[in-house]
Amino acid sequence: MAREGMAPAAADTFPRLLLWHARVRPEHAALREKDLGIWQTWTWSDLAAEVRLLAAALHQLGLGRGAHVAIIGENRPRLYAAMLATQSLGAVPVPLYQDAIAAQMVYVFQDAQIEYAIVEDQEQVDKMLEVREQYPGLAHIVFDEPRGLRHYEQPGLISYDELLLRGTDFAADNAEYFDEQVAATAAGDTAALFYTSGTTGRPKGVVQTHAALIGRARAATVFDHLGPDEDVLAYLPLAWIGQNIFSYAQALFAGYTVNCPESPSTVANDMREIGPTYYFAPPRVFEAMLTQVMIRMEDAGRIKRALFHHFMEVGRRVGGRILERKPVSAAMRLRYALGDLLVYGPLRNQLGLSRVKVAYTAGEAIGPDLFAFYRSLGVNLKQLYGSTETAVFVCMQPDGQVRADSVGPPVEGVELRIAENGEVLVRSPGLLKEYHRNPEATAEVRDADGWFHTGDAGLLDADGHLRIIDRAADVGRLADGTLFAPKYIENKLKFFPQIKEAVAFGDGRDRVCAFINIDLEAVGNWAERRALAYAGYVDLASKPEVLELVAGCVDKVNADLAADPLLANTQIHRFLVLHKELDPDDDELTRTRKVRRRFVAQKYQVLVDALYAGRASEYIETEVRFEDGRVGKVAAMLELRAAKTFAPVARAA
Amino acid sequence: MSASDVSRTGQIGNVLLQVEHASLTFGGVKALTDICFDVREREIRAIIGPNGAGKSSLLNLINGVYTPVAGTISYRGQVRKRMHPVDAARMGIARTFQSLALFKGMSVLDNIMTGRTLRMRSGLLAQALRIGPAAREEIEHRKVVEGIIDFLEIQPYRRQPVGMLPYGLQKRVDLGRALALEPQLLLLDEPMAGMNLEEKQDMCRFILDVNDEFGTTIVLIEHDMGVVMDISDRVVVLDYGRKIGDGTPNEVHANRDVINAYLGIAH
Repeated sequence: MAREGMAPAAADTFPRLLLWHARVRPEHAALREKDLGIWQTWTWSDLAAEVRLLAAALHQLGLGRGAHVAIIGENRPRLYAAMLATQSLGAVPVPLYQDAIAAQMVYVFQDAQIEYAIVEDQEQVDKMLEVREQYPGLAHIVFDEPRGLRHYEQPGLISYDELLLRGTDFAADNAEYFDEQVAATAAGDTAALFYTSGTTGRPKGVVQTHAALIGRARAATVFDHLGPDEDVLAYLPLAWIGQNIFSYAQALFAGYTVNCPESPSTVANDMREIGPTYYFAPPRVFEAMLTQVMIRMEDAGRIKRALFHHFMEVGRRVGGRILERKPVSAAMRLRYALGDLLVYGPLRNQLGLSRVKVAYTAGEAIGPDLFAFYRSLGVNLKQLYGSTETAVFVCMQPDGQVRADSVGPPVEGVELRIAENGEVLVRSPGLLKEYHRNPEATAEVRDADGWFHTGDAGLLDADGHLRIIDRAADVGRLADGTLFAPKYIENKLKFFPQIKEAVAFGDGRDRVCAFINIDLEAVGNWAERRALAYAGYVDLASKPEVLELVAGCVDKVNADLAADPLLANTQIHRFLVLHKELDPDDDELTRTRKVRRRFVAQKYQVLVDALYAGRASEYIETEVRFEDGRVGKVAAMLELRAAKTFAPVARAA
Repeated sequence: MSASDVSRTGQIGNVLLQVEHASLTFGGVKALTDICFDVREREIRAIIGPNGAGKSSLLNLINGVYTPVAGTISYRGQVRKRMHPVDAARMGIARTFQSLALFKGMSVLDNIMTGRTLRMRSGLLAQALRIGPAAREEIEHRKVVEGIIDFLEIQPYRRQPVGMLPYGLQKRVDLGRALALEPQLLLLDEPMAGMNLEEKQDMCRFILDVNDEFGTTIVLIEHDMGVVMDISDRVVVLDYGRKIGDGTPNEVHANRDVINAYLGIAH
């Protein structure tokens, strides 16, 4: 594995990696930031010099080994330097979400006993001062951008520039101090503390060591053959381990360049200018990009639009295959090449994806159409699986084995097991050391044998690829014991644009039935094109033609499920199209639009019973709350349909 | 938005601009009658009054668009008889306009660059060919303009034609162009007119920041009393071309004449 220029095993902490790059490639760009309209470069030797100075200054301020330092702000070279300087002194950086409000931060400051905060600007300083009212332990606040802060006179508040000045003399007189401190840090020491956002309960501080983060960074870098010449754009919060590992851990391991955008609102433009070669974003970012493209295409002229749709169809058919180097006929290749010239190339360029070698998405399920769109453009978009507790990389899709519905096989060093209840268990060198000051929580997620319980339910398919199907807590079983993952089925249904919401039932039953909500806009459009008159949602939802349309979607989902021996039994047997949209105002959805399955089952008990009793139709009357608070009633006679089910087929392996 | 905090009032300096017994007429119409007030260095001075009270006329008087028929205006102790807007600009007085006067087809960057015109040294030909000193000069000017773009947080729109931007942003560009002059005295004619609450809050912050960071003296006309109370150090109140009140926001707010003329009885 002795690749040219790869960091040696002796560089086993982040500060050591920094020094190594400063020695091997001193003039190579480590960081860039667009400032006053121009990309300013920090080379590895610049960065190392800055970190030395800053570490000396922080030492002067009294920062000692093991102390926690909050790092808050957008991606800026100085905050990166601050993380490195903190780690150089054997202290621990705690990156926090810059958009969190003070009240949310107080808990973290208390929990981690943070005395030092290095923050971006006035906005963050204001929050720190607010935090200090409730947590007086916050003694030192360092800020980068002085704007608006001139008249702040608060004890312990100091600008980054002033702080550096304080370190100058000490650094000059004690040149060896920095190296001693770096030498005193071991790979097994804590490198960073990440607070998980925690959808339930208080946030937990995940303790990650240098060894874990660097080990995972190494595995991922080798996996995709990345080198020091990559460019990444860092625009998601550093507090999110995904961004942290891509733009900090991996950058420090591989020695590639991290580019910081001018401001959060210039990201699209900065991305075009930089043309990152390695890219990582959650599905919603990819979705936003696609929406932008679609809106612009709607406004484009007829010829352009026709070209776009024609070649997107060509791309859909062969783009993915060409990317995977699978056989494609010469005629199709030629058409694809033409499309690349006319559509895909310019589009990639417009999105700033021209130079991307590898792009990843993770965090939640990505729609197959969305996924296929980027791949058909020739963007090598892949999926990975991981979490804060696993230092991200658990599974990654290798080139040539990319699928929309799996996250790939385990990465080097990772052991994977599916528990009895379907939960994915992980053993990996990247596992968290512990939750900070929370041994009970640590014991809860990691058992005696060292398996980490991810909380996700998944399957390993015949090729050893992991498929995440649901949160483990939501997974149930059919009466015959088959695993039943409602969200997996619902997501499959929802990937059809005509279906807005779906609710699948089956836990403890002999088969699966489902409620379906049509998407008024998509189905309405569809109806208009067919000159199908309808009078509002209730009417549209009960049209036989619409039921036929939905039945087609359900059949396709069933065909998909049948192809999977583990899920074949959970095909949808009967379904109905609801007469009203599920609505957070009626408590049927959460505010973030997640189905409250149990509540819906209770509220529409009659319908569930009718589905399982095999009745052909059922009368339902529902109270609805209008936006202005009035309450009304919606009544309908619903038709209950049986779906086509398929015999389980063993996949041709 | 704690604007008139102690730290800022501390830095307010000497009288910068003095208007004494100034009157202005258009034919038989008396636009301004016997106006006296002063503006001190580094203060934010608001001019308020109902429509047609003569607020914009007063600004035009200060930057030399109009000449008073009676009375004098002195700037930095220098009394002026007659002045052209260009002279005012040379003396460090910049202004923005109530109805925007930007070049709609030009980019944000170029619009702000026009504010640098007075400071350009090299000739037209040298600039067009970008030779020698002209190229160096352009780089210098560009630096200043980029500083302003950064300051006003309009980086995403740098290359966009101004006409395509929403109104609130155009106002910001207008302010940017005035700032490009690096003025000592900045006259703002209804900088917040037609803005929504959020845009107003942003604009208030920029005005306070300009005042604080560059030490610029600011005279502004504003209708939104909340804004005036929040950001100005002293307020002049006009009604039918006459000054009916002058003082700190609180004093003006308590002044009976002002209440009757402008604020209404609810206060």
